Amino acid sequence: MSSEKKEREPLFSARNRKLITLPLGRDNPITVQVLGICSALAVTAKLEPAFVMALSVIFVLGVGNVLIALLRKTIAPRIRIIVQLTVIATLVILVDQFLKAFAYDVSKQLSVFVGLIITNCIIMGRFEAFAMNNKSWPAFLDGVGNAWGYGWILIVVSFFRELLGSGTIWGYPVLEKIGLFNIGYENNGMMILPPMALIVVGVIIWVQRSKDKELIEEK
Amino acid sequence: MNELTSIFVKSMFIDNMIFAYFLGMCSYLAVSKTVKTSVGLGIAVIFVLGITVPVNYLINEFLLGPGALSWLGPGFVEVDLSFLSFIMFIAVIASMVQLVEMVIEKFSPALYNSLGIFLPLIAVNCAILGGSLFMQEREYQSLAEATSFGLGSGVGWLLAIVGIAAIREKIRYSNVPAPLRGLGITFIITGLMGIAFMMFMGIKF
Repeated sequence: MSSEKKEREPLFSARNRKLITLPLGRDNPITVQVLGICSALAVTAKLEPAFVMALSVIFVLGVGNVLIALLRKTIAPRIRIIVQLTVIATLVILVDQFLKAFAYDVSKQLSVFVGLIITNCIIMGRFEAFAMNNKSWPAFLDGVGNAWGYGWILIVVSFFRELLGSGTIWGYPVLEKIGLFNIGYENNGMMILPPMALIVVGVIIWVQRSKDKELIEEK
Repeated sequence: MNELTSIFVKSMFIDNMIFAYFLGMCSYLAVSKTVKTSVGLGIAVIFVLGITVPVNYLINEFLLGPGALSWLGPGFVEVDLSFLSFIMFIAVIASMVQLVEMVIEKFSPALYNSLGIFLPLIAVNCAILGGSLFMQEREYQSLAEATSFGLGSGVGWLLAIVGIAAIREKIRYSNVPAPLRGLGITFIITGLMGIAFMMFMGIKF
């Protein structure tokens, strides 16, 4: 991706497609890079807040990556952390004000975790690792790819927690409708409690690593 | 006094940063390989939380909150700058961490040698920003309450990271299923520790 390159790369070349697809599996921010765990776990008791959180992170990381990629030649290395923090904080304030105006209930459920996107390590991590030395289009793809890789883990975790914990999907009482409660089934209240988020993510990591043996850690 | 103890214990056990809110998980997972380093990081977190939460409390009270600027004159009573709190808090945290680092380096080189490497790591630890945001959300009434909340959360964080580090040191000798090794088992153990910590929920002061 050097700037002297003469020929223009097609927008969705193989390399650019990889930027989107790798973070979904092999290079997933949560299960492989171990970034952004903090907010990932706290918002997953229900599908709706998890989905909103995923969208917010996609917005912040996609736009932030582009901004940093555009600014990369003007940022002095010594002050780059504070510049990055300012860019993130500005975007997060936008998201927060938007949610407060148009989705107040969700914004209350997410409480401090919208603000905590600022210190979400995925964002700083991608700025440092990718946006600081790439052009804006690949940086955008990388941002969206990583945020989506983060988002789908959130959605999977919250799907299982909501389904098993309160018997609903997106607030719709699925289990009640198919009559599971009549034959003596009960919700597992444990799933809504915070510790189960960790265990569900642990199980996802287990499943992923038993499918993809290369990810197994050395002893 | 009673009120302060209650906030301290509550933020340490019941609202534990790690087990109830998952804050600071990144450094929690990355630095918990040995007990020694995790004690160092834990102490640094207590230190920084104990300073930044009260400072941000003052900023919130006299600069940002609704009506906080009323000391400037009657024209400022309506002003509400709380939308600026994210950017303000993170700036305060980054500069406080820098300041604390310089002060420690000057006055206590021994402490600097043991805490030094952890301090820059802490500026982007979500537990620190989370502490300030929770302080704002829960509307503590006085500076003492905010300080007690900050210190309590810090001690709770230290307990959690030292606990997991001790378990990880031992689990190295166990026969963990290969795909769970490392990250996976740490998640599951943290979950189990969280369940254990939930027994504190019933405590009332």
